[in-house]
Amino acid sequence: MTAVLEKAPTRRERAVDAIPWWLKLLAGVVALYFVLPTLFVIPMSFSTATTFQFPPKGFSFHLYENFFTNPVWLDALRNSVVVALLASLLATVVGTAAALGLHNLQGRLARFARTLLMISIVTPAIVIAVAIYISFLQWQLVGTLAGYVLAHAAIGVPFVLVSVSSALGGFDPKLLRASASLGAPPVRTFLRVTAPLISRGIVTGAVFAFVTSFDEVVIALFLRSPALQTLPVQMYNSVTVEIDPTIAASSSVVVTAVTVTCLVLQFVGSRRKK
Amino acid sequence: MSKRRVPSPQWLLVLPALALLTVILLVPLGRSVGRSVGAPVWTFEHYKALFTDGVTLTVLGRTAATAAMVTVIALLLGYPYAYVMTRVGPRLRGLLMVIVLVPFWTSVMARNFAWILILQRNGPVDSFFQLFGLHVVLFESVSGVVVAMSQVLLPFMVLPLFSTLSSIDRRLLLAARGLGSHPVKAFWRIYWPLSRGGVVSGVILVFTLSLGFYVTPALLGSPQESLVAQLLGQRTTQLLDFEGASALGMLVLVVTLVLVAWANRVGGTISAIGAVATTRTEGRR
Repeated sequence: MTAVLEKAPTRRERAVDAIPWWLKLLAGVVALYFVLPTLFVIPMSFSTATTFQFPPKGFSFHLYENFFTNPVWLDALRNSVVVALLASLLATVVGTAAALGLHNLQGRLARFARTLLMISIVTPAIVIAVAIYISFLQWQLVGTLAGYVLAHAAIGVPFVLVSVSSALGGFDPKLLRASASLGAPPVRTFLRVTAPLISRGIVTGAVFAFVTSFDEVVIALFLRSPALQTLPVQMYNSVTVEIDPTIAASSSVVVTAVTVTCLVLQFVGSRRKK
Repeated sequence: MSKRRVPSPQWLLVLPALALLTVILLVPLGRSVGRSVGAPVWTFEHYKALFTDGVTLTVLGRTAATAAMVTVIALLLGYPYAYVMTRVGPRLRGLLMVIVLVPFWTSVMARNFAWILILQRNGPVDSFFQLFGLHVVLFESVSGVVVAMSQVLLPFMVLPLFSTLSSIDRRLLLAARGLGSHPVKAFWRIYWPLSRGGVVSGVILVFTLSLGFYVTPALLGSPQESLVAQLLGQRTTQLLDFEGASALGMLVLVVTLVLVAWANRVGGTISAIGAVATTRTEGRR
């Protein structure tokens, strides 16, 4: 910031198209806007206050203590982990299969199928949530593990499809013929040749599907039941009903976990590329 | 009849995914369509009600106005940011890109909670303005919703813009300057028209995505000034008006899909979203 405020170079010194100082300043402000919410949640999580008062008062771990001991929060956390694990597993299996299938398919029908599988990315979550809720009421899936898993798997599929497809983009189909000509059945070819080569795409897709499910709140709000609700829904309750500052601790845990996961994936990915 | 080609066995691999999507999305959405036209008795009453009940139109108008404000803010902030991104060294550009992606990483509820902290009465924003004797409480107001939604949607403006702006040949500007054009004029006459593709696709994308926001207006907005998503939720879970909710849902869905298809034609937005989606973990591209 201080560099921005230094004396501007004279007209002669200035490059023909240097970035003007005010543009740099504006970009800096926008950068701050991007990260602002994250900057507030973590200090708040160490507050001793029992309200949402910010700046936080004192310093303690009691919000974390409450998060990791209160059965309501613990159950919500466990439910979210279970749902996200199962949903991402299902999404990864069907999404990877679909990416493999669509990889060599051409024509109108294949394009249509791909669009169809991607549609949930651009459909407003609220519209999906309402439609699913009405149907799930009848199918008695509201508030059930199966309901959450199926719904979250469906919205996770596009992420798997995109990342596996992009991994397949750099895949040499000659390897498949080579493998087949050496007598390997398709399943073995997949396990020994294809899967290792596209593993990065599969892992990326799986992590996406997991994070998407773990963080999903709109559909989960509609599928919740007193017996079964996920962590984001409990966070929602803590803001709307309970005014429970434990949400600060759970936010920090979730933000940290997601960021670390992304950074690890990034690190693994960039090492693999070299 | 011409000879029919046997479907490729590859399709078997696609089937499970299609089956899942059918059961979870297509069937419920199809049933929504059915309900909205009142099956078994065919009627357009529920659609007509949307335009005549006096509430829905107001809420739709408010939602569109909110989305428009979000879009304008995102453009005003996103354009300069994307521009600066194209002009800095690779290292700083990498950092700026990671910063763009921070809203994707941040958990939805954590982010909304943070905005409550920031915008609430006696919160940091309010305290700052109290120094000047002003009370600025954006919490439980449309302004608060706009501020929070702009932050989340800004990446959808910056990313298409960045890809368009990076492809603009800056020598054209140099040429304009060399011929004596004022920088502002050179920008308006040369740079801005060349960037229009990115602007249009970013604008449509941000506007479209704004229409469906549920949690942010529910938590940060004013209950008296609800947006269409909350109206949809309320009709479904509280009023149990499944027919009315289905009709409204279809209206939102159709508007969204039409706008997205348009944005896609303008700037390949669907693939751009795909790229955005994968950058969530891959960091930079």
